[in-house]
Amino acid sequence: MPSSEEIFQKVQGTLFDALGVDEDEVTPTATLIGDLGAESIDFLDIVFRLEKNFDIKIPRGELFPENIASSDSGFVVDGKVTPEGIAQLREKMPHADIDSFAKDPQVSRIQDLFTVDMICKFISARVR
Amino acid sequence: MRWYWVDKFIEFESGHRARSVKNVSLAEEHLHDHFPGFPVMPASLMIEGMAQTGGILLGEKYEFQYNVILAKVPKVTFHSWACPGDQLIYTALLENAGKEGGSVSVTATVGDRLVAEAEIVFAHLTSEDPQLSRIDQKNFVFRMNLLDILTVGKAGSGAADSDAGSN
Repeated sequence: MPSSEEIFQKVQGTLFDALGVDEDEVTPTATLIGDLGAESIDFLDIVFRLEKNFDIKIPRGELFPENIASSDSGFVVDGKVTPEGIAQLREKMPHADIDSFAKDPQVSRIQDLFTVDMICKFISARVR
Repeated sequence: MRWYWVDKFIEFESGHRARSVKNVSLAEEHLHDHFPGFPVMPASLMIEGMAQTGGILLGEKYEFQYNVILAKVPKVTFHSWACPGDQLIYTALLENAGKEGGSVSVTATVGDRLVAEAEIVFAHLTSEDPQLSRIDQKNFVFRMNLLDILTVGKAGSGAADSDAGSN
């Protein structure tokens, strides 16, 4: 069973390969899109690499849910995610820091939920 | 000119591995500009050949039900070059494949010489996908009857015919 540190190091290496960023940029709090410059297709690449590096299967949409708060989801009012939407996020993204997001639930901040730490927690739950 | 950057497949192990051939010829117009006096196969076209080899390998796994789009080349290294008269062999291994896309690792060799190696990621789109109309058609692996490459050599080779004739 890998330690948290081992998981982090492997995730760090995975993001280094997928995104071409320096390893020291890959800190636990770094956001994939904002800090590391990931684009939509990179998420597919990251999932493929995590599956290979950790020898696990990650079903589609499980690590990176799609359309969780799109405009037609009914979970967004005036650019903010509704309490029902927050509950939905907690259910679909149990490894993300929803508490911090809920304090200022602007829909534009949803992408900041995708952090290096979120990936590490997701992987930890899978391999243990 | 047609957008075939592979001449034929020489091995095809469904869902695992494919090997294809690209014969570099001085008849290819672009080689005279790339470069004058030093004709070498452009690296970008080598990537295209590697993507066509890997993309058809991925597409065949799902019986070509998806549009396979070249999405990303996370890594490519060129160790050498290929000149007219060289025969490039592209060897693609299917590293990952699923409903949403796949990835391959590919090498390009001339004889024992490693010319290039790459990782390539493809995305799948179905014909109904609303994103399809927004995508640059150049990214399609399957277009302009590219799958014709799979039929090259299937009608038999000249060697077999001449053997028969000599008997």
